[in-house]
Amino acid sequence: MTELVSSAPMSRAVPGARLRFYAAWGMVAVLLAAFPSIFTSASSLTTFSLVGTAIIFALSYNILLGQTGLLSFGHAVYYGIGAFFAVHTMNLIPQYGLPVPLPLVPLIGGVAGLLLAILTGWISTRRAGTVFSMISLGVAELAVALALILTDFFGGEDGISTNRTKLPAWFGWHFGPQVQVYYLVAFWVFVSALAMYALTRTPLGKICNAVRDNPERVQFVGYDPHIVRYLAFCFAGLFAGIAGALAAISFESANFTDLGWVKSGAVIFSTYIGGTSIFAGPIVGAIFFVYLSLSLSDYTSVWQLYFGLLFILVVRYAPGGIGGTLLMHRMPFRVGGLGRILRTYAIAAVPTLMLVGGFVLAVETIVHHTVNANEDPRIKAFGVSFDASSPMTWIVAGLLMLIGYFVGRLTWRGVTRAWDDARTIASERGIPS
Amino acid sequence: MLELVIISALNGVLYGLLLFLMASGLTVVFSMLGVLNFAHAGFYMLGAFFGFQISKWFGFWWALLLAPIIVGLIGAAVERFALRDIHRSGHVAELLFTFGLAYVIEEVVQIVWGKDPVDYRGPPSLDFPAFSIFSTNYPSYKVFMFAISVAIFVALLIVIKRSRIGLVVQASLTHPQMVAHLGHNVGLVFTLVFGVGIGLAALAGVIAGPILQTQSNMAASLIALLFVIIVVGGLGSLAGAFVASLLIGLIQTFAVSLDGSLASLFGPLSPDAPQFLIRNIWTVTIAQVAPIIPYALLILVLILRPMGLFGTRET
Repeated sequence: MTELVSSAPMSRAVPGARLRFYAAWGMVAVLLAAFPSIFTSASSLTTFSLVGTAIIFALSYNILLGQTGLLSFGHAVYYGIGAFFAVHTMNLIPQYGLPVPLPLVPLIGGVAGLLLAILTGWISTRRAGTVFSMISLGVAELAVALALILTDFFGGEDGISTNRTKLPAWFGWHFGPQVQVYYLVAFWVFVSALAMYALTRTPLGKICNAVRDNPERVQFVGYDPHIVRYLAFCFAGLFAGIAGALAAISFESANFTDLGWVKSGAVIFSTYIGGTSIFAGPIVGAIFFVYLSLSLSDYTSVWQLYFGLLFILVVRYAPGGIGGTLLMHRMPFRVGGLGRILRTYAIAAVPTLMLVGGFVLAVETIVHHTVNANEDPRIKAFGVSFDASSPMTWIVAGLLMLIGYFVGRLTWRGVTRAWDDARTIASERGIPS
Repeated sequence: MLELVIISALNGVLYGLLLFLMASGLTVVFSMLGVLNFAHAGFYMLGAFFGFQISKWFGFWWALLLAPIIVGLIGAAVERFALRDIHRSGHVAELLFTFGLAYVIEEVVQIVWGKDPVDYRGPPSLDFPAFSIFSTNYPSYKVFMFAISVAIFVALLIVIKRSRIGLVVQASLTHPQMVAHLGHNVGLVFTLVFGVGIGLAALAGVIAGPILQTQSNMAASLIALLFVIIVVGGLGSLAGAFVASLLIGLIQTFAVSLDGSLASLFGPLSPDAPQFLIRNIWTVTIAQVAPIIPYALLILVLILRPMGLFGTRET
């Protein structure tokens, strides 16, 4: 048994892996530290703080979804409870003159999330799969309903607000300026991400993967899958609480919507679109999600619809998400078929973009006729203006979709063929896909 | 008091029957396909809005006939062209897909019909009081809803217990591979069951729309309630879903009409007692707690009887 354990971690078997590890995380630290010098405006620093919170939240969610195979519909409950405990702590510290500086507050949020996960996790992790998902949704509904009843703690529909600058100073920092908040968030992002990465390398992390893939065998080996799921659930609650506390520090408030369904949905979207199979996937997804939700709303009024459709398409056609799909191309890269695959992508992109363009044109026209029918028919979406009342718009949209669909089907066959050839070469040379 | 009890019981049973129209499709689809359809309540909402639109154009009776068929066909198409392929990627992907679908349905409904409740009314021919108990007039539309729900329930029972297709469905519930080996087209049965289940949800939407509010947020809170019903009733058990639906319907209706709180029972808190949080718990009325009860029931059932009330296998 000791032999097995000691030979298991890859980092010891592959020389240079340790160096790569330090180089990668060192680079992340340098980047995080350098951002305020590159992007100096307060609004971009606010965005970065938002992204950082979303990254911790998505990574904590991936402990469940990606590493343990648990699809939770109520992960925002632990995020929200972290946020509320942080806000109350920030109100209590100046009131009682406690010597606790702001950088320690996320820890309290994390402990709150952990304690709640310890409480709710035991029952909900008893079963994996669909039943776990259903229970998580039930717990989420319960939490939101309770939050609206217990108004002393959750502040009802208005929520609870606080003032982060009233806490004792931390080496002269009062966290009034946005850049100080950014560094606080950045520090916690780095620490949490590193800790969650380390968690995936521990025996517990490996057993989590095993429970995800084959719980029966794990049971035969002598582990209890329930306990393993429970531990993963607790860790996810801990880091979600930290994320919630950081959000509360950024916004100086917490609201019952932090616990709710929209927040839980957002973390599912960002984690899955980013890719659950690799560690960096949720990071990519969180950045992508925050970026889209901030920028898409400038271009179109129905960005949520596009986002939902994008999510469905990712589930349907690219189950690996962004990260998994990129990683998939390592195999053709090794056998030298990547160039051909990329060429077929470029060809397929033209009709696919036509299809998407026609669809967006149709949607925007419909939106115009249902939402703001009495306004000027010349509308603008994604920077393109067109006349929604003209029949030409419909003809163009219909043609784009028809041609895009039928030509697209032909070109995507080329993509499939290129992949098949690459796979054939790979299996001949014995390269794993 | 007696009046309140009788009226609440009638409303509760009616609500329970509506819940069963939805939960029956959900639980059968789940035990046959292993797919928990997160968008099930979304299709209920689509049914209500289609019913509203069709009844505006052609009248309520056309809506009652057409809306469930159209929505059922949409559901069958979703099963045939999307879910079947995603099935290969596993249950998590399926659940995520239906989750995304529920989100998109809500967005589409918001775009087409707006966020405010629409003015969806029942047929004018049913706009009279059917009978009066004490001083309350019971609307005949609710009696009609009753009749439809019971008729559907009986029809479902006969089809499942007496017909050949019902036999195949029953067998597919427990032994899908065996049924396929016997030469039945299980794929077709799945699409059919999925479509019919969604059609039933849409029917519930059409008839419930005029009584409950037809609004773009009507699905989001309902799906969790449906999950509670099928877990409490026992996954895959139609009888369990029926009992759990009635139970939840009655509990919800009675709780909403009760105004009691700990304060009204034991008197107000003494001023020197600790106020924080206790005050909330002390003064909250049963009506306010109503939304919590189903989830508390869920957790209780999971602790005491994980297979659900009528389930044979552990969830």
